[in-house]
Amino acid sequence: MDTFVQQLINGLTIGSIYALIALGYTMVYGILRLINFAHGDIYMVGAYAGFILATSLGFAENPSIFGFGVTLAGAMIIAAAIGMAIERFAYRPVRKFSKMTTLITAIGMSLLIEYLFVFIFSGTPKSFPQLLTNTNITLFGNATISTSQILIFVVSMLLMVFLQWIIYKTKIGKAMRAVSFNINSAKLMGINTDFVISFTFALGSALAAAGGVLTAQYNPKIDPLMGIMTGLKAFVAAVLGGIGNIPGAVLGGLLIGAAETLVVGYGDYVGIPSTYRDAVAFAILILVLLIRPAGLLGSNVQEKV
Amino acid sequence: MTRAFLAICLVLSIFFSACVQKGGTSGGNDSGDTIKVGVYGDMTGPTSSFGQSTKNGIDLAVEEINAAGGVNGKKLVVVSEDDQGRPEQAKTVVSKLISQDKVHAILGEVASTNSLAAAPVAQEAKIPMITPSSTNPKVTEVGDFISRVCFIDPFQGSVMAKFSANTLKAKTAAILGDVNSDYSKGLTQFFEEEFTRLGGKVVAKEAYTQTDPDFKGQLTKIRNLNPDVIYVPGYYGQVGIIAKQARELGMNMPLLGGDGWDSPEIWKLGGDALKNTFISNHYSAENPAPEIQNFVKAYQAKYKVVPDSLAALAYDAAKVLADAIKRAGGTDSAKLRDAINATKDFPGVTGRITLDAKRNAVKPAVVLELMPAEGKFKFKETIAPEGAETAPPTAPGTNTNTTTNTNK
Repeated sequence: MDTFVQQLINGLTIGSIYALIALGYTMVYGILRLINFAHGDIYMVGAYAGFILATSLGFAENPSIFGFGVTLAGAMIIAAAIGMAIERFAYRPVRKFSKMTTLITAIGMSLLIEYLFVFIFSGTPKSFPQLLTNTNITLFGNATISTSQILIFVVSMLLMVFLQWIIYKTKIGKAMRAVSFNINSAKLMGINTDFVISFTFALGSALAAAGGVLTAQYNPKIDPLMGIMTGLKAFVAAVLGGIGNIPGAVLGGLLIGAAETLVVGYGDYVGIPSTYRDAVAFAILILVLLIRPAGLLGSNVQEKV
Repeated sequence: MTRAFLAICLVLSIFFSACVQKGGTSGGNDSGDTIKVGVYGDMTGPTSSFGQSTKNGIDLAVEEINAAGGVNGKKLVVVSEDDQGRPEQAKTVVSKLISQDKVHAILGEVASTNSLAAAPVAQEAKIPMITPSSTNPKVTEVGDFISRVCFIDPFQGSVMAKFSANTLKAKTAAILGDVNSDYSKGLTQFFEEEFTRLGGKVVAKEAYTQTDPDFKGQLTKIRNLNPDVIYVPGYYGQVGIIAKQARELGMNMPLLGGDGWDSPEIWKLGGDALKNTFISNHYSAENPAPEIQNFVKAYQAKYKVVPDSLAALAYDAAKVLADAIKRAGGTDSAKLRDAINATKDFPGVTGRITLDAKRNAVKPAVVLELMPAEGKFKFKETIAPEGAETAPPTAPGTNTNTTTNTNK
């Protein structure tokens, strides 16, 4: 029993990170119908921004909540700026062309960011400094939870609540919903769609960066290619929950995280080796696309042809 | 206007690339007074600490050789290429070294998977390749032009099995390996065989991939079985985190590893969690023997860090190559191959190097304890290959026997 709880805690920890990243995929898709493949790399950029802030401002030497807060906020702001810049200079010029053009641009952007970072920081994994002292809390029996895991849960939940508030209670949130409903009508109603799109990218990128910094606290190894697999899985999470659907992205993220860890923990009993953890996420993607293409919480919308 | 500009750019770029290629070939032919040594390794990828140490070791050796007048009156020139730690890239850069740079011999890779990808290219082109530190047995099985100056995994895996059974008195062990690495798979197999032979029991065999976001799933599973030791035959990028997460889960048993842990980066990644961990390695920088201390001093003077074993092996590989070129009387590929393969009792930093019939070096290994507080590896004990003494083996025949023994 305590092992199961332990595995669940481990799974939900990664799941929360997937959820944070999945939100960015889902919001951008909701508004532009674009799969932003560079989004996983923004997660990596966030981790590196946090790394630079933490080491240059000296938070690495004396762990404090203040230092962590500044690093987290700083990384989110930097990533938001980079996300907006990518949208402005890479996606906006090709937005009027076919969707395929934008998609290929996104893949190109992803590779550009990855190898730009390899070029600048080299591919050697860097060690992210511990910004908060990490202690272990025993729940019961053998089941333990570390403070860095609690931090991931708490911060990601707070950010998701905050996002929900922005989308449903603020004017810009209303504009985002309007643009996602119908971009042309929104434009006719006097909504500055370019600004709304920019804002969406900023918001998604900030959440991914938060994911990056939080992961780096838990698994302090960062490298320029860390966003590829995590980004892909977050994308699967977004599709699982129903792409374009915000609560769906959160649900999908948690489910993928839990499924992955449970495969590692118990896959042997049903004949799945533990190294198939990555395969599981993609098997889920295929099943979802076959059985319920709209995702768990997505509504089935008839495409007009 | 733009179109014309682009067209000009295109023409220019074609012209330049043609020039570069031409320059490369003519430089290759015009090698009257230099000997070109190709070096390939991971300079910017996930194991780049390995590639950089290797390059440093080779550069130091070449510098010393050239300062002493070169080989047969010719200077050695290093041509190095980055394979980013990717097997397919390793293959590409070795092809380039051979066909474009016209190197006479190749030194490289550290990771066995990359050496295995590139070795067939060198074998086919009949260019001798010495890998300083790839320990998977399959590497030199590619062909007679491929050799190495380090011991192989059957021995390295058995060293840690012996250490856990005899010194740590472990009865049960769990193994957590890297599923995509030939190095890790080999060590897993040979550790298990030897540990079982010594009466121990391997209670769990788990695996991870280098991109896993965390390792707690596998570790939680191992925790339930409560083994006496955990063997983690991986690379430094992951093992530091594995140690950290194991300790977070309250698992304080000894963790064991191989030379893949040997990187200055590991202290930053693992920190205090690296207490009570041990690795097998090729040499100890603490060894007071004068040839080792001279090397350590020269390396520290040049690079300001203590050389890891990869640097030491690379240094030895370059010296072995120079020695072979001298004995072969030139760079004729068949003669050079024979000279390398006949290397016997070469006094290297990592021990006396004698290549056996399978072109593997037979040498003792050292077990080191990790001291995270000081950030260094402390010498624990030396374990010699079965049948061979710590002293240099005398006849090549003995060496062949030794390998067969440890291979079983």
